Amino acid sequence: MRNEIILLVLILALLIFEIFTKPNQKKHIINIAVGLFFIHTVIGFFPIGESSLFGGSFRTTGLIHFYKSVLNIGVLIILLQSADWLRNKVAHFNKIPEFFILLFSSLLGMNFMISSGDFLLFYLGLELSTLPLVALIAYDSFNQQSTEAGIKLILSAALASAISLFGIGMLYATGGSLYFEVIAQNLQSSNLAILGMVFFFSGLAFKISLAPFHFWTADVYEGAPIGIASYLSVISKGAAIFILMAILFSVLPILSEAWKLVVYILAITTMFTGNLFAIRQKNMKRYLAYSSIAQAGFMMMGIINAEELGVATVVYFVLVYVFSNLGAFGVVQAISSQTGKENMDDYTGLYRTNPKLALILLLSLFSLAGIPPLAGFFGKFFLYTAAASKGYYLLVFLAVVNVTISLYYYLLPVRVMFLRKSDDAIPYFKSKLMMRAGLVIAVLGIFVLGLYSPLYNYIVELSAGVL
Amino acid sequence: MNFSYTIFILIIPIATFLLLGFFYNRIKPAVSGWIGVTALSVVAGLSYYTAYQYFFNVGKIDGKFQTFFGFQANWMNFTENLRIDMGILLDPISIMMLVVVSTISLMAHIYSRGYMKGDRGYTKFFAFLSLFTFAMMGLVVATNLFQIYIFWELVGVSSYLLIGFYYEKPSAVAAAKKAFIVTRFADLGFLIGILLMGYYGGSFDFMELNNPEGPAIMNWASTSFMGLSVITWALILMFVGGAGKSAMLPFHIWLPDAMEGPTPVSALIHAATMVVAGVYLVARMFPMFHFVEDGFALHVVAWVGAISSLFAAFIALTQKDIKRVLAFSTMSQIGYMMLALGVSKYDGHEGLGYMASMWHLFTHAMFKALLFLGAGSVIHAVHSNYLKDMGGLRKYMPITNITFLIAALSISGFPLTAGFFSKDEILVAAFEHNKAIYFITLFVAGLTAFYMFRLYFGIFWGKKKEYEHTPHESPWSMTIPLLFLAFMSIATGYLPFSEWVTADHKALHGHIGLFSNLGVIHWDMAGIAITAGLLGIAIAWFFYKKPTDYPAKVSAAFGRLYKWAFNKFYFDEVYLFVTKQIIFKRISTPFAWFDKKVVDGTMDGIGNTTVSLSKVIKGTQSGRIQDYAFAFAGGVFVLVLIVIYMI
Repeated sequence: MRNEIILLVLILALLIFEIFTKPNQKKHIINIAVGLFFIHTVIGFFPIGESSLFGGSFRTTGLIHFYKSVLNIGVLIILLQSADWLRNKVAHFNKIPEFFILLFSSLLGMNFMISSGDFLLFYLGLELSTLPLVALIAYDSFNQQSTEAGIKLILSAALASAISLFGIGMLYATGGSLYFEVIAQNLQSSNLAILGMVFFFSGLAFKISLAPFHFWTADVYEGAPIGIASYLSVISKGAAIFILMAILFSVLPILSEAWKLVVYILAITTMFTGNLFAIRQKNMKRYLAYSSIAQAGFMMMGIINAEELGVATVVYFVLVYVFSNLGAFGVVQAISSQTGKENMDDYTGLYRTNPKLALILLLSLFSLAGIPPLAGFFGKFFLYTAAASKGYYLLVFLAVVNVTISLYYYLLPVRVMFLRKSDDAIPYFKSKLMMRAGLVIAVLGIFVLGLYSPLYNYIVELSAGVL
Repeated sequence: MNFSYTIFILIIPIATFLLLGFFYNRIKPAVSGWIGVTALSVVAGLSYYTAYQYFFNVGKIDGKFQTFFGFQANWMNFTENLRIDMGILLDPISIMMLVVVSTISLMAHIYSRGYMKGDRGYTKFFAFLSLFTFAMMGLVVATNLFQIYIFWELVGVSSYLLIGFYYEKPSAVAAAKKAFIVTRFADLGFLIGILLMGYYGGSFDFMELNNPEGPAIMNWASTSFMGLSVITWALILMFVGGAGKSAMLPFHIWLPDAMEGPTPVSALIHAATMVVAGVYLVARMFPMFHFVEDGFALHVVAWVGAISSLFAAFIALTQKDIKRVLAFSTMSQIGYMMLALGVSKYDGHEGLGYMASMWHLFTHAMFKALLFLGAGSVIHAVHSNYLKDMGGLRKYMPITNITFLIAALSISGFPLTAGFFSKDEILVAAFEHNKAIYFITLFVAGLTAFYMFRLYFGIFWGKKKEYEHTPHESPWSMTIPLLFLAFMSIATGYLPFSEWVTADHKALHGHIGLFSNLGVIHWDMAGIAITAGLLGIAIAWFFYKKPTDYPAKVSAAFGRLYKWAFNKFYFDEVYLFVTKQIIFKRISTPFAWFDKKVVDGTMDGIGNTTVSLSKVIKGTQSGRIQDYAFAFAGGVFVLVLIVIYMI
């Protein structure tokens, strides 16, 4: 519970700060909030014992604690990368504290969601994580696109959680309880239970953007502020994957035949949809949106393993994905907050004017594409092994085909930046300290995870015995 | 003997790359050229020293060359028995490759100082060359499949960068893309092969896999798939990767286009080093290829090599761009190396093909790099790649003329040149194990001599041309590498290769190693090969020394065959048809159409109607969201149907 309490205190402190400061001083909150969150992240690294609160509806284990640390690191990078944008581009200084309060509330919701031991806390966490996000997406209230994106998400999310809730209802009807442990013992395989599982699954599939539940993704990413788009693509997706895995593996093992089929189908549709649509994108945010859809499809290969190995490979992949995707989003953010340009064509000749940014984007995209020896390669490779060890050779083959397709579009920005020249390339600029820190952490992560293997072994140890 | 200093063979090129890459706009071009040449000289020195120590002092224990590790570190543990290491493995073939790569790379560096002079990307070019050298060195010293795969991909990336170096030229960019995509598809096979090998062979490590008494080789029969052992499938898939890099049929289509890159790159990457990576891979895994399922995978290698060799030689007869002739000639010679490995066995004299293949790889690197650098010198002088723009150049460019002649003689197997010795060993090996392949090889030897001298006479003799600018000999920085490689194109034939590089690491009885005390020349075999070569040269002399109309008559007589060969048997067109007509039209276009019409179109359509009907509701998105919801609900519905009715 330590994590949640500190986060709550943080939110309250920022609220009080918000009340007692004059409008022209509100900018200072950026440094304070980022600093406090940094401390929170560091505290989060200290281990915490296993515990169970409120009659089992809130659980903490080593692995769950690790999940929270992954999310914290991701949010910290996002905050660092967004600072410059908040300082210079936001029209009303009044609104700056809101950004942090809402973001932290959403993170708090995710923490509750992944710690939940029953469906009630799970649902509360899910809603708490979604609602502040809607406000954040529409944060740039003078931008019509941003507002539209907010409306889009809230409508789609309402549908998704309604269906999910319906599914939970059916599982309650067949399992006789909301507590995960009791359901796991009582549940029998029946059509009603399977129906409940599919409904529940599709609610989370919406969060993870699995096709065909992904339609909102590109529109919302395009309209949202970049920091929020990256939050949606890594934090929101990561948290949903973690809890989905936990519930499927330990609450619904009796339905595993059914949900493996669902995972199998969704993995294939998602990989192909994401990859084939990404090829055509011109806007970098839409481009990364489809790329993130495709990556989610790959994660399904670990879930289909349904054992400890699957948990470990998915967690490792998510961790790698956090760094790689935030590296790419960070560069887009840096360029956008400096020049307002977000299209791939604007990046022509970037290597000549801003070689460091171009290299960071290159490394991040190569990691996403899975080119060795960057971390992304190992992430994908472990997922292949997870699926292959259960005999899903066709799935692995399709995944390898997809990796080949993805290589094509991951090379598109690289070609534009390195091999083309342009007379009106984005001129040289120097990013602020926080932005640079955010980018450096992301790149370090890509290298360290790829080259330093004990981390993977640590994750394997954590996932041992979770089932 | 401690070989730990060999780590510098890897560190120096990557450090040079980082130095030149990061500070490329702060270092003067002249300085960057010197940095590259100096760094490579050190690397070459270290490689030679290693080779000297290994072959003359410490390598051989009890008549058998041992394997040493310059460096080894555990990198990642998969499971308890499956791990990935990073290291430096030193055995006869890896040391031989170190010598080849460092020599050719050094020559390409020196040559580029003259050839690339004044190019805007001069420093960047040297940076990429260093990156390539690093990747290639890492590939040859790899201790396991995983390491070799990582460097394999890195070699591919640096090759992509170098082919597309003249990025203003659309054809160069297209060629780079083509090379990358084609080899990437082949690498897909390689990766799957590695995975299968990890699972069923139980290891990625070369020493463990290739141990003839080890579990991977002993238990090959335990699992089978479609009538073949899974291990055999793994080997064949790995060979697919090798065929992609080495431009074997049907993955050869990238190689001729790759000639769009600067000529020193063609010499280094697409003639001497990267393209033989596939041969090296098969040689590296040779014990597995040989022992598993009685060498079934090796038969595949032999036949792919033989057919590629013949096929490429036919095309080389007809090409008009001199670099393309050389490209197809490379493909043909690599086919030789593959088929020599393919007919080889493991023990003692039966392993002759293995030795011959490695020897030919070595001599070929020298004379083919020389041919490319010589061609570069000619192109530099006349500013054209086409044979029709050349002729009578021997008067203007004496050094290029002589060195090119030596290389052409060597590749044609003219007696006492390096190519003669290595090619003859291949012929003997083929003769002893597979007669059909022997005759193909012999025929190709004749064709090779013919097209090579067609090129030589066409460039340096033939018609007298009026040149707008009088061609002149290239600067010293370009002719010194030519002279050195010309020396090597003869001298490497006199190395006692059969004592050094063999499949079982024991000396064997070569046939024509003059200075090896095990050697005797078998003149009967050599005589046939020499005759074939001389016949080819004589016909070329007759056709091309002076302008005649024989070539036109002959090509007219062969009519359709000539046209087919000229158009490279329409391989590119077939691929183009498959990708354009089938993949793009049948798969991608409907998809794009769906995206455009269904997602954008109907949504916009619905949206636009709504907007025009009522300006109160800002319509576009309200239209879309309903559709998203429809897709969502539809998705749930379909999933439920599938899950309920399929289980």
